[in-house]
Amino acid sequence: MTSKNRSVFRKVLYFVLAGIGLSPATSLAADAPITVGFVYVGPKDDYGYNQAHAQGAKAVAALPGVKILEEESVPETVAVQKTMESMVKLDGAKLIFPTSFGYFDPHVLKVAGKFKDVSFLHCGGLYTEGKHPTNVGSYFGYIDEAEYISGIVAGLTTKSNKLGFIAAKPIPQVLRNINSFTLGARSVNPKATTNVVFTGDWSMPVKEAEAANSLIDRGVDVLTAHVDSPKVIVELAERRGIFTTGYHANQSTLAPKGYLTGAEWNWAKVYTDYVGWVRAGKTFPHLLRGGLKEGFVKMSPYGKAVSEATKKKADEAKAQFMKGTMVVYKGPIKDNDGKVVIPAGVEQKQTDIALESMSYLVEGVVGKTH
Amino acid sequence: MPTTLAMAEASPAKRLSAVVQAAAIPAAAIAVSLALFGVFVGLFGANPIQVFHQMIRGSFGTWFSFQNTLQRSAPLMLTALCTALPARLGMVIIGGEGALVLGGLAAASVAYLMPASSPLTVKVMMVAGGLLVGGLWIGLSAALRAYRGVNETISSLLLNYIAIAILNFLVEGPLRDPASLNKPSTPPLADDVMIGSLPGLDVHWGLAFGLVFCVVTYVLMDRTVFGFSARMVGGNVRAAQLSGLRVARLMVVTAFVAGGAAGVAGAVEVAAVQGSANASLVAGYGYSGILVAFIARHNPLAVIPVSLLLGGIGASGGLLQRMFHLPDAAVNVLQGILFITILFSETYQGRRLVFKRRPVAAPMPKAGNENMVSA
Repeated sequence: MTSKNRSVFRKVLYFVLAGIGLSPATSLAADAPITVGFVYVGPKDDYGYNQAHAQGAKAVAALPGVKILEEESVPETVAVQKTMESMVKLDGAKLIFPTSFGYFDPHVLKVAGKFKDVSFLHCGGLYTEGKHPTNVGSYFGYIDEAEYISGIVAGLTTKSNKLGFIAAKPIPQVLRNINSFTLGARSVNPKATTNVVFTGDWSMPVKEAEAANSLIDRGVDVLTAHVDSPKVIVELAERRGIFTTGYHANQSTLAPKGYLTGAEWNWAKVYTDYVGWVRAGKTFPHLLRGGLKEGFVKMSPYGKAVSEATKKKADEAKAQFMKGTMVVYKGPIKDNDGKVVIPAGVEQKQTDIALESMSYLVEGVVGKTH
Repeated sequence: MPTTLAMAEASPAKRLSAVVQAAAIPAAAIAVSLALFGVFVGLFGANPIQVFHQMIRGSFGTWFSFQNTLQRSAPLMLTALCTALPARLGMVIIGGEGALVLGGLAAASVAYLMPASSPLTVKVMMVAGGLLVGGLWIGLSAALRAYRGVNETISSLLLNYIAIAILNFLVEGPLRDPASLNKPSTPPLADDVMIGSLPGLDVHWGLAFGLVFCVVTYVLMDRTVFGFSARMVGGNVRAAQLSGLRVARLMVVTAFVAGGAAGVAGAVEVAAVQGSANASLVAGYGYSGILVAFIARHNPLAVIPVSLLLGGIGASGGLLQRMFHLPDAAVNVLQGILFITILFSETYQGRRLVFKRRPVAAPMPKAGNENMVSA
């Protein structure tokens, strides 16, 4: 046991001796010591969703005076409630980041109701003013902006004009990524189509591999995904000699030849901001969202297979996002049955609530939502 | 257990010694497993003594920890019965996950279909619905075995996948709450039909259901004519048939009760925890239940302490991650070591290693074979 662990142990012992639920008085200052808990739904080295959050946690751990607690592979059951309670009661956590979308209702809401002096900041953007406890917040990023840029790179790199997208479930967040990726690709290559396969759940490595193989067999030469861990897909694509764009975290080490770029979360920014607000005793925003401009999401560095001309096109689009002038969902947009979903002249900006309940696949996507 | 038939005839002293041995062997196996686990965490650079200390603190050491353990053990008791009861008839059923999922789905559907009824009625009907659907699901597996000769292990495993597919289809389709955009779920239960916590505890009613089911099924299997007949099927199917027992019916009825237990676990999961049916129901309780049943040697009463043991391991798993930076899989490693060690220790059951010296010339009792019938 290291000396650090020993001091942790002593601290924990103190809490036990002091009695459960009896927390020491806290002084609020920007550098006051604070214990922050992170809860992940899967392994934190998954090259995907959970790793992205764990990277954010690492940035928080680097702040002076902050101690972090981490638990991985915590299911969306009573287990997550008990994990959060345990972090508060046994280890004195004052701020907890339950990072899985499915933790919110009922688990975060229930535990937040029990510990009014602890802040619970959830990833998913589900907070409703007046309905949910005030010690709860929820944040999310417009990662489809990064998908749009990935789409541009994919659309300019493909030779077969067939892109592949392996997705978990046909829910609005996922459909928005598929659509933005496709719109990005077709903005530079109108002949490009995106072949979609839904696997049915967030972590199905075998099905994901089968889908990847079948898409590659059908001539797809750029593959991307929206599943918890795209690891299997990226590795398989590399072995079969095609290109990939990543998701959630940087997967370039898995595919040094074929990795083009990727849509990554930048939770380090969001988490360090939140920790700062909570430590200073400020009221934090209960609903926090942002895209490339706000630093919530970022692009993986371009891989070596990306041409200079392609980089230029992608950088142009990125610059527009950074300026806030880019609108991805600008009419006319048709779905892949030919029905107009956004009429000509209508712009649905990034914050438009209509985009939150997206239920269609745009023209150019080969696949069905059900 | 085949020994129980003989035990009824045995003297109290012999009977006691058999019970002590039946309990001492798994206890020794648990001790060996913990020692092996100590070596394992030692390889990861953690001090085994401190690891055990934290595990006790996380599972039984504080009132909060103990309730955490109780809470986690509740669904395991119910899903363990799904494997333990049919095993007494020689069937290896591993379909607890599917029965739990459909039990949960049934509960959510009941609440959805009877919005105008009184809360108590809805609560009773949700649990009854879970029991019925879970029971029919595992009953189907036993019926396929009894009437069509389909291997019940394979069929119950495959039924798990079908159950999960049915859940996903319904919550993403006909039963979907339109407001559940990014986490497809059935419409949420009203607050007044939620089954709350047990009085004075931060543990939901699943624990009471688990304890009651374990005790009642113990009485059913070990203290009634039905149970005697069922165990006879497990001992020797031909002999049971020759004695005029209705073997197929015994199999299906037992499987119904077993599946009903897992179905109730699902109903409680919806009515006490999740508040709606969705993919979070598929959390592996059914598979953990198989482990519990085997460690408990398919004895419904033994299921209670074994569930507490596994619940406690689950409850302490978080501390292992937080304090020692051990991977989440450390807990799975301990479970795996436990499972293998206890199955191995089964071969020592009935050998009277310590309690009675074996006669020198007597042939080795075929303890292993005898146990395999029931285990």
